[in-house]
Amino acid sequence: MRTRKVRPGSAALVLGACGALVLSACGGGGSSFGGAAKTQATGPAKLSIMIGSPGPAETNAVEAAAAAWSKKSGNTAKVIVASDLGQQLGQGFAGGTPPDLFYADASRIGDFAKVGNLYAYGDQVKSASFLPSLVTTFTYKDKLQCAPKDYSTLALVINTDLWAAAGLTDADIPKDWAGLETVAKKLTKGKVTGLVIGNDINRGGVFMKQAGGWVVAADGKTMTADSPENLAGLTQIKKMMAAGTLKFSTDTKPAAGWGGEAFGKGIGAMTIEGNWIRGALTKDFPKVKAKIVELPAGPAGKGTLVFSNCWGIAAKSTHQAQAVDLVKYLTSVDQQLAFTKAFGPMPSTVEGIAKFKTEYPDDAAFAAGGEYGQGPVNLPGFDPVMAAFSSKMATLGKGADAKSMLADLQKNGTAAIAAG
Amino acid sequence: MAKRRTNIHGREGIAGWVFTAPAMIILGVFLFVPIVMALWVSMTNWTGNVDPFGGGPNAAFVGTRNYTALFLQDGLARSNFMQSLGNTFYYVLLVVPLQTATSLLLALIVNEKFLRGRSFFRTAFYFPSVTSSIAISTVFLFLFSNTGAVNGFLKLLGIDGPEWFSDSRGLLHMFFGLFGAGDNPGWGQGEIFGRSLWDWLSGPSVAMCVIIVLAVWTTTGTFMLMFLAALQDLPVEVDEAAMLDGVSPWQKLRLVTIPMLKPALFLVITLGIIGTWQVFDQIYVMGKGAPAGTTMTPAFLSYKTSFTSNAWGSGAAIAFVIFLIIVILTWMQRRMMREDKTPGRLRRAAGLARLTQSNRGTASANLAQNNSGTGPES
Repeated sequence: MRTRKVRPGSAALVLGACGALVLSACGGGGSSFGGAAKTQATGPAKLSIMIGSPGPAETNAVEAAAAAWSKKSGNTAKVIVASDLGQQLGQGFAGGTPPDLFYADASRIGDFAKVGNLYAYGDQVKSASFLPSLVTTFTYKDKLQCAPKDYSTLALVINTDLWAAAGLTDADIPKDWAGLETVAKKLTKGKVTGLVIGNDINRGGVFMKQAGGWVVAADGKTMTADSPENLAGLTQIKKMMAAGTLKFSTDTKPAAGWGGEAFGKGIGAMTIEGNWIRGALTKDFPKVKAKIVELPAGPAGKGTLVFSNCWGIAAKSTHQAQAVDLVKYLTSVDQQLAFTKAFGPMPSTVEGIAKFKTEYPDDAAFAAGGEYGQGPVNLPGFDPVMAAFSSKMATLGKGADAKSMLADLQKNGTAAIAAG
Repeated sequence: MAKRRTNIHGREGIAGWVFTAPAMIILGVFLFVPIVMALWVSMTNWTGNVDPFGGGPNAAFVGTRNYTALFLQDGLARSNFMQSLGNTFYYVLLVVPLQTATSLLLALIVNEKFLRGRSFFRTAFYFPSVTSSIAISTVFLFLFSNTGAVNGFLKLLGIDGPEWFSDSRGLLHMFFGLFGAGDNPGWGQGEIFGRSLWDWLSGPSVAMCVIIVLAVWTTTGTFMLMFLAALQDLPVEVDEAAMLDGVSPWQKLRLVTIPMLKPALFLVITLGIIGTWQVFDQIYVMGKGAPAGTTMTPAFLSYKTSFTSNAWGSGAAIAFVIFLIIVILTWMQRRMMREDKTPGRLRRAAGLARLTQSNRGTASANLAQNNSGTGPES
């Protein structure tokens, strides 16, 4: 078997050619990435709007609004429904061609703003007077990054049939943790568990908040995860789990995908969910009657969580002025109420929420939550930190240690703050 | 050698380069250059929205920091990565032997001349491999759902089936539990790369087992085909000689057929190791790492770190670590499967095979011995 050696000269030639290719590729790469400030185009614009839509109700509503604005302003706006919004946005930013306008989740604002993906136009839309808690949620480095689209809060959802069957009346609606334990115990019967909630911090976190704790300090500069208040919140969950009156939706028999599913199927007599539960129940479980009340207060008073998206405008968009104009249209009171009617979330402006309260008295508990609710942690680098904590929290019902879980959160969060 | 060559041969050399140039340029542009670029990205803190080679705060060179964060620094990056390595270790450990053994068995069966409807079975066994893995994963989601067919079947047998996709308990942990080892016992507290020994010894979670079954089921067909091709290439004479010598079918399989299938075995195991360490699409469809991160694999973690956390440098570093792991494992496996490392009996059998071949002068290949040296021939 003779093997032929590659002559050094040829090898050098090949290496040189490949090296040149590398260099040319690098040089070529430079042109597709512009600086942050793109030259702005004037005149009629073609805008792309990327949304993460759970269903046709929301897609149709946004499409109708975009079409109405296009007609009015002479521009065109195209709605793209992302199947995985976070990933598709990441791809758009990396490819240098992000959508002009997109849903930006409150928890990702820090990530997006830190690296300069967002055009911070907050000052141009402040006159709409958004709810103060939402303004805080979308502020990064003292700048309002984008206009809050709408918001939802968590409330206690009660199955009125099961409630009445257990001999409970309106007077029994829990005002504190002790009251919650009592009614949950009365409602737990056979395959029905008193309270069934989702298994992560986005639901269980309300107990931490009601106990007076939260993951980060209000100024967003230090971690407060390992505080005794947070431990008290998780301990309350464990206590009720031990009593069999509270279960995560993944721990019920049969397991449910989320709290609303367990509630609709009658596995849980109560759940903690947001505004979206109305639409979900109407669609999947039209026979189930639900009453929405404010969450019971903990040792430190009332507490709930706020979820929100904003209308993010890409720093690389060449039609920022037109996009801001579209946002102004979309956040007008009438348009926001139209969205509420179509798919449920609450208007993000002070005027809008006042109208919401009069138009939807049954959902007053959701609106009330906006006054004391806690938005998600919006610091950069917290997405994996919160995901890791949530996946540990899911094992709380299987004997996991709450204290070490919070200690890990403290450690990981501190590292993320130091890096960010 | 080069000196003795004439000018004509020299020009042939150039012509050779010219003819291979298109392929090499394509490989260079689409393979070599991207790898070098990714290697560079793995040493930056690129955030994904500027030129990765342009420097600046969003693409600064950070040396080996992304790599040390995966191995040496106590933090989320390491704990996630180590968990994904542990998960995938058990995944590979179960999938590779299972798929190899099953596909060999199936190949032997459908190679049997007396089997009726052989082509039907060949097609049937190969079918899962040509179906989209996304579609199969979705079907498995239904099969193993809480009220799905699998749990329905178990119920008929009087067994209360587990909540397959939300059960994060490790199989080995459950096994230790049978012997009264409590949760997180004292002897399991030692830490390796920041993960306790007890956690490393968890075994695959119940949810991961579903993915293991899925992987074995979908890949077996392809590997069966490879074994089948090798089986059909085996000289009939050897079989006949062995039968004349009076071996039992089991002896024939163990001492004659399998030793002669070694090149195919090497191929199947190598492809198996590569494929299993890169497992991604099943994970993406079936839970994205849930429950409790027990189905997280390095490939999926790399994707998640890059595309959703926008930490492209760290994601690229993970990808390169998987690459190294695969290279090292393949190299180790090649060492282990070398002929001179095989036990005496196997070597004798291989020798017998060779002898028979040369005696009878069959052209049908040096299958049994050529895996020790398949270098380029000039």
